[in-house]
Amino acid sequence: LSRIGDELYLEPTESGLSLRAVNSSRSGFASFLFAPLFFQLYEPGSAGPETERFRCKVHMKSFLGIFRSLPSLEKSVGKCLILLKPLASRLVLQLHCKYGVTKTHNLAFQECERLQAVFDTQSCASRLCAPARVLAEAVVHFPPMLAEVTLGTGPGGKISLRNYVEDKAEPSKTMVTELWLAEDEFQSVAVAPGSHITFCLKEFRGLLSFAEASNLPLTIHFDEPGRPVIFTLDDTVLEVHLVLATLSDLQSNSRSPSTNGVSHLPAPSDDFADDLESYMAAMETSEGGSERAPSPTFSLRTPRPALARSKPEEEEEEEEGAVPGTPPHKKFRSLFFGSVMTPGRPGLATTQEVLAEDSEGES
Amino acid sequence: MPFSAQPPASGERYALSASLDNARHLSSLLRAVHFQDYATCLATASGLRVTVEDAKCIQANAFIQAEIFQEFSVQEESVMFRINLSVLLDCLTIFGTSSLPGTSTALRMCYHGYGYPLMLFLEEGGVVTVCKINTQEPDELLDFDFCSTKVVNKIILQSEGLREAFAELDMTSEVLQITMSPDKPYFRLSTFGNAGSAHLDYPRDSDLMEAFHCNQTQTNRYKISLLKPSTKALALSCKVSIRTDAQGFLSLQYMIKNEDGQICFVEYYCCPDENITEAEL
Repeated sequence: LSRIGDELYLEPTESGLSLRAVNSSRSGFASFLFAPLFFQLYEPGSAGPETERFRCKVHMKSFLGIFRSLPSLEKSVGKCLILLKPLASRLVLQLHCKYGVTKTHNLAFQECERLQAVFDTQSCASRLCAPARVLAEAVVHFPPMLAEVTLGTGPGGKISLRNYVEDKAEPSKTMVTELWLAEDEFQSVAVAPGSHITFCLKEFRGLLSFAEASNLPLTIHFDEPGRPVIFTLDDTVLEVHLVLATLSDLQSNSRSPSTNGVSHLPAPSDDFADDLESYMAAMETSEGGSERAPSPTFSLRTPRPALARSKPEEEEEEEEGAVPGTPPHKKFRSLFFGSVMTPGRPGLATTQEVLAEDSEGES
Repeated sequence: MPFSAQPPASGERYALSASLDNARHLSSLLRAVHFQDYATCLATASGLRVTVEDAKCIQANAFIQAEIFQEFSVQEESVMFRINLSVLLDCLTIFGTSSLPGTSTALRMCYHGYGYPLMLFLEEGGVVTVCKINTQEPDELLDFDFCSTKVVNKIILQSEGLREAFAELDMTSEVLQITMSPDKPYFRLSTFGNAGSAHLDYPRDSDLMEAFHCNQTQTNRYKISLLKPSTKALALSCKVSIRTDAQGFLSLQYMIKNEDGQICFVEYYCCPDENITEAEL
């Protein structure tokens, strides 16, 4: 989770303790749900009809600092008690160690709104499932600093992984690495032929290390370019989701046949202004439902050599998100979108492309 | 390993002269008190005491008894000088700091007296290095007036239990708060840092607790930056005794066993920090 964001969101629910993080550009979201059975004792506290269950967020570094040295933790810590004390404004983590020693950490927390990305694995056209080891061995071939990678389906059911290269990069100065995995390396393959998606490798690597360490198979749900890719890990007591925005592919002029009224924004026109400021201004006006509004997805950066490429450091300025897929039958709070979403609203496409909106308005 | 090169002519009388087969017996102890560049050395018939102080609040002493040395003679009642400890340590470890079994640096130390430099003859594998380190007028040392009769609370812990705690102290906290009490929490180390507060509790019946003599509940705060260097002494030691007196002065005494199983002591004295306002828990 620390590879995604700087803040750790804790939300106790009936179905378990959920730990979540979102990245600064709201294009990556991860959640770990630990079922009650994972714990020796799990008391999520009560939520009445008027009151919500308490949730909070803490600084990732402060939380991680408590679990600093894993080998020594394993040797010396017997059990860990986590208490959320809203009245004292403290999240208490108590480690019961060898020799009767007790370490108590009282962390300051911030109240927060519910952090929830909108995604639906059911609406994804393609799905791959592989042991974490297979993917880890594949990913090791790419340079550690590589930002984006393209996953594609090819002839004969083969799956390819290729580093993403910007179009404006000089062909003679770039190195392209591509590898193909045979269908039988995967536990299951159910993909739409000829599909491909490009996502941030750095954020994915974090989940991959976790999957490898816990020896769990990783499932990748994806759809068209521009729609989020969802990585999941499943275990009897743990459910993990990592949702990443993907690059939208202008060439294929995507207008996804959505089942729920949410669609991609149309591709930007050719004479669309190529600087960030006009883009941002256009974003603000697009809420009104203009058909010519630019897509705030990565599409801004693909094959338009005149456009300024947003470098990772500048991501904060751009709202990079993917169009969410609304879970059809769930009515959720959408604190996230500021209003309750209902399927079939035509104007929706032009409002939130953001994957995980910060409704507190801190950014 | 016998010292082979020629020391100065035997007719001369030195205020202090000592020989040590394994210089590490001295250098490792000195490292445990090396948090300032300068130290004051006091040599008496019972041995060598090296003192380092800081901020008029903290004092560390390393004791190397005469029995540790192969030869130790002090001409007057006591000999005292101030010396650059960083330079002294560099010289003692001039042949390297890795401790390969079977190899050791032999040391001969000579000091003529007031105004003369400290001479070191170091030998390893037939190679001899001679060092002369200038000495200075010794400063007046702090007297914490800490004696066993004034001790209010005392515990002796196995160092193993404290090492990790001290190494991982939240340095964003200005203070280290020590609570000692005949009742719960018995012995507690607390920090108040940017992330929040942290408390480390040791129960009186813990296996780590060798002795527990607490008569009164006392909570004292000490500047964490002053106490942090004691982590080195803790790392070397097998046991530590923690004592406080009625004014809240802290005495930490570390029992250190060297490679040959001989026992030496390092102690730290620290004043409580009066200026810190009541920190929130």
